[in-house]
Amino acid sequence: MPKQYLTDAKRLALEPYQFHMPNPFFINFLKALKSKAWVNTAARFLALIIVFLFFAIFVEDGKFYSLRNLENIVRQSSVYATAALGMTFVIITAGIDLSVGSIIALAVVVVAWTLNIQIDGANGELAYLVHQHPFATPILACVLAIVAAISVGLLNGALIVRLKLVPFIVTLGTMGIIRGLAKGIANERDIYPPEETWIGALMDPTLTNKAKSWMIFPAGVWILIVCITIASFILKYTRFGRHVYAIGSNEETARLCGVPVGRTKLIVYGLTGFFCALAGFMQFSYIGGVGQPTTGIMYELFVIAAVIIGGASFSGGEGSILGTIVGALIITILYMGGQQMGWPKWVQEMVIGGIIILAVAVDRLRHRKLA
Amino acid sequence: MRGIRKSFGATHALRGVAISVMPGEVMALVGENGAGKSTLMKVLSGAHAPDDGSLSLDGEDYAPKNPLHARESGVAMIYQELSLAPHLSAMENILLGIEPSRRGLINWREMRSRATEALAAVGLEDIPPETPVNRLPIAQQQLVEIARAVALNCRVLVLDEPTSSLTAKDIEKLFALVRDLAAKDIAIIYISHFLEEVQAISQRFTVLRDGETVGEGLSQEAPEEEIIALMVGRNVEDLYPRNERAPGDIALEVDQLAGMLKPVSASLELRKREVLGIAGLVGAGRTEFLDTLFGLEPVASGTVTIGTYSGAAEPALRWSQGMGMVSEDRKTQGLALGLSIADNVTLPKLDGLGPGRLVFPSQQLNACDPWIEQIPIKCRSAHQPVSDLSGGNQQKVAIARLLHADVDILLLDEPTRGIDVGSKAQIYQLIDSLAQGDSKTGREPKAVLIVSSYIPELLGICDRIAVMCRGQLSDAKPVEDWDEHQLMATAIGQE
Repeated sequence: MPKQYLTDAKRLALEPYQFHMPNPFFINFLKALKSKAWVNTAARFLALIIVFLFFAIFVEDGKFYSLRNLENIVRQSSVYATAALGMTFVIITAGIDLSVGSIIALAVVVVAWTLNIQIDGANGELAYLVHQHPFATPILACVLAIVAAISVGLLNGALIVRLKLVPFIVTLGTMGIIRGLAKGIANERDIYPPEETWIGALMDPTLTNKAKSWMIFPAGVWILIVCITIASFILKYTRFGRHVYAIGSNEETARLCGVPVGRTKLIVYGLTGFFCALAGFMQFSYIGGVGQPTTGIMYELFVIAAVIIGGASFSGGEGSILGTIVGALIITILYMGGQQMGWPKWVQEMVIGGIIILAVAVDRLRHRKLA
Repeated sequence: MRGIRKSFGATHALRGVAISVMPGEVMALVGENGAGKSTLMKVLSGAHAPDDGSLSLDGEDYAPKNPLHARESGVAMIYQELSLAPHLSAMENILLGIEPSRRGLINWREMRSRATEALAAVGLEDIPPETPVNRLPIAQQQLVEIARAVALNCRVLVLDEPTSSLTAKDIEKLFALVRDLAAKDIAIIYISHFLEEVQAISQRFTVLRDGETVGEGLSQEAPEEEIIALMVGRNVEDLYPRNERAPGDIALEVDQLAGMLKPVSASLELRKREVLGIAGLVGAGRTEFLDTLFGLEPVASGTVTIGTYSGAAEPALRWSQGMGMVSEDRKTQGLALGLSIADNVTLPKLDGLGPGRLVFPSQQLNACDPWIEQIPIKCRSAHQPVSDLSGGNQQKVAIARLLHADVDILLLDEPTRGIDVGSKAQIYQLIDSLAQGDSKTGREPKAVLIVSSYIPELLGICDRIAVMCRGQLSDAKPVEDWDEHQLMATAIGQE
């Protein structure tokens, strides 16, 4: 805009001391930055680095940046991050899913339960299915868990779309229902599978294990990396992904433009179920291959926090997979760093809560300035 | 108010406005949509701070910090969209923010008596103050708003297009009330673009155009044409270009269409190379008619025929049939403000922007750029979020969407509402050239159905006009057979 440039320059020349108006060049520069998505993500990476450096400096003996600890951070954050992939889709559509912690628990319990199935053996006495079919049974366990988790997601979606209920209420309800279901399947006890399987080994550390060191990362982390790639691709390069953003930004507009709003939302919640199942497998392994129906309590909050810190907005239309992953890492680092600093649990909880508010407040402030 | 200036980003909503009003006087503020009336009122009510200029009230400097401060100073506003809390009772609404109370406890007895008094002052003595306002008809809700101003002992009362959703009978009552209030030495600013109203109610008028005061005078003396010329600021022919054209084949046929509530019955035939206008009052069912046509609202009875298809439809199907719509309210309905221009323009037709079901952002930009250039849309790039653009350019994005989808039938609901005159002229030009078609580029002539509340615009650009009144659509008559008065009379059902 050369014309604007001239008049601005002229005005500044005529009134050299009146800088009460913000410098338009600067504002334009900021606005230009704002429209570039990578700046957003870069800002979040910066926050991640700051948080990391903080603990790297203050945790004694440099324990925090030991390879072992880094691996632990990655392992721990994988569970949150995987579930947060689905949550990113949901929050971009201006929805929310409070049932993710319960779905993770359901997946964990279904896996353990399947590994514990007993059938009539060759000699007429009961035998574990997993002993009879050591290869097929874990696969069956995964399939069942995925089916269960997707069903819950679709149920959430269907209630939200068909009955036009608010996502918060629907998923608050299913959060309770599914947690109860998980406890029911497990008889309110932890299920101990008779045999260790590869599901239980998904998150095994690779640093201390010579046989697995060729993998660099635990298998679960690789699963996550693949999922990140696919989810980013879907959001950015598919029609479905564009529809997700459009619905969140303005559902009315989406409807006007012929976007299948209901179907898209249904798929989004189903997708969340799927990612929660994967997170469940990781959690199953992380907690030592036990079918614990009380696992993953409060995870929905960590997951939502990760997505929000990652730059998504509750009012929809904004958010990115990469941002979410950074958010999940920030949450995990705060959590584990706090532990290693020897902070009592109550301090940790308060710090994480404060950081969430701070992150979102900074974001809003930035948005308002440039609006 | 003197020399008020206000700009939003690159848009100068106000540049040097001066108005004055005396106690006991009704001063009409007229101007087209987008002339800056609403912004001016927001400055007056403290919702926006002026960048420059000064205000004085009863001879003293007046610089409202916020709407509450303005109300406390005695400046009350009645907005076009009512600002009542629908679930609260009339008395709670009337005394909202100034509840009589002691140590935070509400004195209900006093509340009731003060509310009753205020209601009586606006002629609503039969309404129990406990009635939730959403049970009242619109006209009475508006009176409750005025009662709120009365309860404040306001010095200045601003009425922003108060008659836009009222019937003729209610308008008479409102006028009587306004005269009554003026007799109590309240200064009244009456915003309208209905010139008959201006002459009926006000003593003086001030005309705003493009954010400036362009004229004032005594309402009874100034001829109507003169006021219009001041409002428009240019010859009508320049603003509304029109090429000679003969209508082509039928593109859309609507037979006795009825929606759930509105429309009650609407029939029309829309041809290619034709611009058909629908006039009517706000709330007459015009928007619902377009929504029903487009499959956003269910059809209760009647048929919509495009080509040979007359079955049930939803928006996705309509787009694929070559019908596109620009909705009335671009902010809440028409545009995804947070998303980029490219995302907004390409949303209805994402295929062809990548292999299979994939969509490549670079191709979205490529598809969008020619329209940005042609229409033209003023922006840095198609990457820019729509929220950055001015109202006029936002509206052009909404229209560009139809061009991208290459539709044959354009449904435009208030396409020029709240945008500047320059953008309006561009949109009129665009509509004209679309209807005309282009033999050089081989662009087919389109069929355009346009809903507008602004009658001069309809008379300026349409080939035929039909009027919607209480959900009933009149026959479409050639534009030569209509004039402003007839259209208005038909719209309010007095024919």
